[in-house]
Amino acid sequence: MLEIKNLKACIEEKQILKGINLTVNAGEVHAIMGPNGSGKSTLASVLAGREGYEITDGEVLLQKNDILEMAPEERAREGVFLAFQYPVEIPGVNSTYFLKSAVNQIRKHRGEEELDAMKFLKLVKSKMKELGLAEEFLKRPVNAGFSGGEKKRNEILQMTMLEPSLAVLDETDSGLDIDALRIVADGVNRLKNQNNAQIVITHYQRLLDYIVPDFVHVLYNGRIIKSGDKTLAHDLEEKGYDWLIKDS
Amino acid sequence: MSASTDTIDNFVASDYKYGFTTDIESESLEPGLNEDVIRFISAKKHEPEWLLEWRLKAFRHFEKMENPSWPHVKYPPVNFQEISYYSAPKKKGDGPKSLDEVDPKLLETYEKLGVPLHERARLAGVAVDAVFDSESIGTTFKEDLAKAGVIFCPISEAVREHPELVRKYIGTVVPYTDNYYSALNSAVFSDGSFVYIPKGTRCPMELSTYFRINAANTGQFERTLIVAEESSHVSYLEGCTAPMRDENQLHAAVVELVALDNAEIKYSTVQNWYPGDEEGRGGIYNFVTKRGMCKTNAKISWTQVETGSAITWKYPSVILKGDNSVGEFYSIALTNKAQQADTGTKMIHIGKNTRSTIISKGISAGRGQNSYRGLVQVGKKAVNARNFSQCDSLLIGNKCGAHTFPYIEAKNPTASIEHEATTSKIGEDQIFYCNQRGLETQDAVNMIVNGFCKEVFRELPMEFAVEAQKLLDVSLEGSVG
Repeated sequence: MLEIKNLKACIEEKQILKGINLTVNAGEVHAIMGPNGSGKSTLASVLAGREGYEITDGEVLLQKNDILEMAPEERAREGVFLAFQYPVEIPGVNSTYFLKSAVNQIRKHRGEEELDAMKFLKLVKSKMKELGLAEEFLKRPVNAGFSGGEKKRNEILQMTMLEPSLAVLDETDSGLDIDALRIVADGVNRLKNQNNAQIVITHYQRLLDYIVPDFVHVLYNGRIIKSGDKTLAHDLEEKGYDWLIKDS
Repeated sequence: MSASTDTIDNFVASDYKYGFTTDIESESLEPGLNEDVIRFISAKKHEPEWLLEWRLKAFRHFEKMENPSWPHVKYPPVNFQEISYYSAPKKKGDGPKSLDEVDPKLLETYEKLGVPLHERARLAGVAVDAVFDSESIGTTFKEDLAKAGVIFCPISEAVREHPELVRKYIGTVVPYTDNYYSALNSAVFSDGSFVYIPKGTRCPMELSTYFRINAANTGQFERTLIVAEESSHVSYLEGCTAPMRDENQLHAAVVELVALDNAEIKYSTVQNWYPGDEEGRGGIYNFVTKRGMCKTNAKISWTQVETGSAITWKYPSVILKGDNSVGEFYSIALTNKAQQADTGTKMIHIGKNTRSTIISKGISAGRGQNSYRGLVQVGKKAVNARNFSQCDSLLIGNKCGAHTFPYIEAKNPTASIEHEATTSKIGEDQIFYCNQRGLETQDAVNMIVNGFCKEVFRELPMEFAVEAQKLLDVSLEGSVG
């Protein structure tokens, strides 16, 4: 699914990623943990193609295609979805209209028929019901005036609708109460199948009680310094990062 | 975020679709402004003596005035002697009696502009008066309108056919002494539309005037007068385009609306004069005075979508003279490239229980400068006057500007005046968010801009709302790379 090879990236000449190697196979969930400033969000941004980062070395292959050459919207259409740490408010733009445009862009790219308003509404309402979201969401402008929790739930709704092959969740759990956390986890678990993969970036073990990762990686100072299974997350919860950092 | 501003810097450089020129033989006056020019125009139009006198008075007044310097726009002084004040397609004999006799090249021009005039392709339910440079070349659906008692014709024709109506109302809402350009217009106006809706009549179709400047070095000075008798109703729309030229051209119009008791006038403008190029070369100077007068229970509503012109300077206003009268102003003004706009409205509350609403949406891109300037004035006798104003600005990129100059003068303690203003910016993060959901940057910008403007689009007549939305998209094309 995804192969990251020796990825190095800097922002304003400061090296942030110093050689990331990571392979994610279809059907897998990977958790990336690490202290603040270790490069977790940079990795998410680079995968999605945010401007302002310079890739100095390495490659990122999504289903064998090099995505680093692609514009952000092309990557999205190829199946990369980023759940934002800070979802952006777009006042004046209706959520339904926004989501319908996005869904149809991606369907068009996959060679699928575009959904008309009726079909779209039916689909989105059924997905919202599954996720336990109020329909009133659809009438509001994109994220405008949403609480932190509502914004994150909206990200999950979008992810559910767009059915990405690779979903990257950038600290989606931060600032969420337990109910919202369940919705987020539920969205990820529902999405998961043998044809897609998820990368969950998080600070806390808490989310991993709900989303059980196949692999846990510790990112520190721009490199993955330790990989393991879900027990690694428990060790981190208990001991913190210091014991790993000393070794690295 | 130095790298990320690049995308937005590429925002500019779209093609102006209406920049073509019609190759047609014209009869034009030599450039220059003096009393002889005014006498020539008046004679050309077979005007009565009183109108010539009025024009000359206006000109003498104009000569004593000075070009206003208060608008927030910059441009080199206009040399009024370098402008030709009259240009019209050359006619054979007395000129066409009906649209069938109009030069096919002219009909073709309007067809290209999306305003077909001939019988078969006319816009359904919309009567059009087509003004080409200084002359009206024809009006559609005239007979149908006449059946309802509605007069819709070029103002020069109205002067000849309905002199008593024109004389009664012209200059009553915008006197020639009002301002520099209204004085100039009163002196040299060449054509424009005249509308008269009889008492108790609801105009059976939308009325529309399409203004086209074609000749070089020519100013267009049209004058529009709309009179809605008691309890009548009319919806009117104007559209404007001009060829691409390196020189600036002056368009100084005056529009007067008279809404008598219980009457309602809805006036919509889609202004797309040539805006000039990225360096600010060429484009129309759009210096316009628009004002309406409301009698008791009357309502005047201005809706404008301003995307063209190098410089726009206009304040469609309403004098709420009668008790319970209502004034509305809905505006979208877009400045891209090097365009400058200083636009807004004046709501003058004189009668009791008068109400006004102002919704202004300014969009600045490229190096565009956009100013909202509005006055809400409540007179001593305007008991319970109410106003609500909302002025929102949207910035695209780092080189444009938005400015707001609201003026409020209340002389009655019962007045209620609310003013809300916001300024926002289409950020790189919004664009990236849309991109990440699979949307193209241009689509994202259009989506955000359309969302920003929707309160105003709602006010446009249905047929034109879609057009206006498209126009806005085109005007922003290439604005983000």
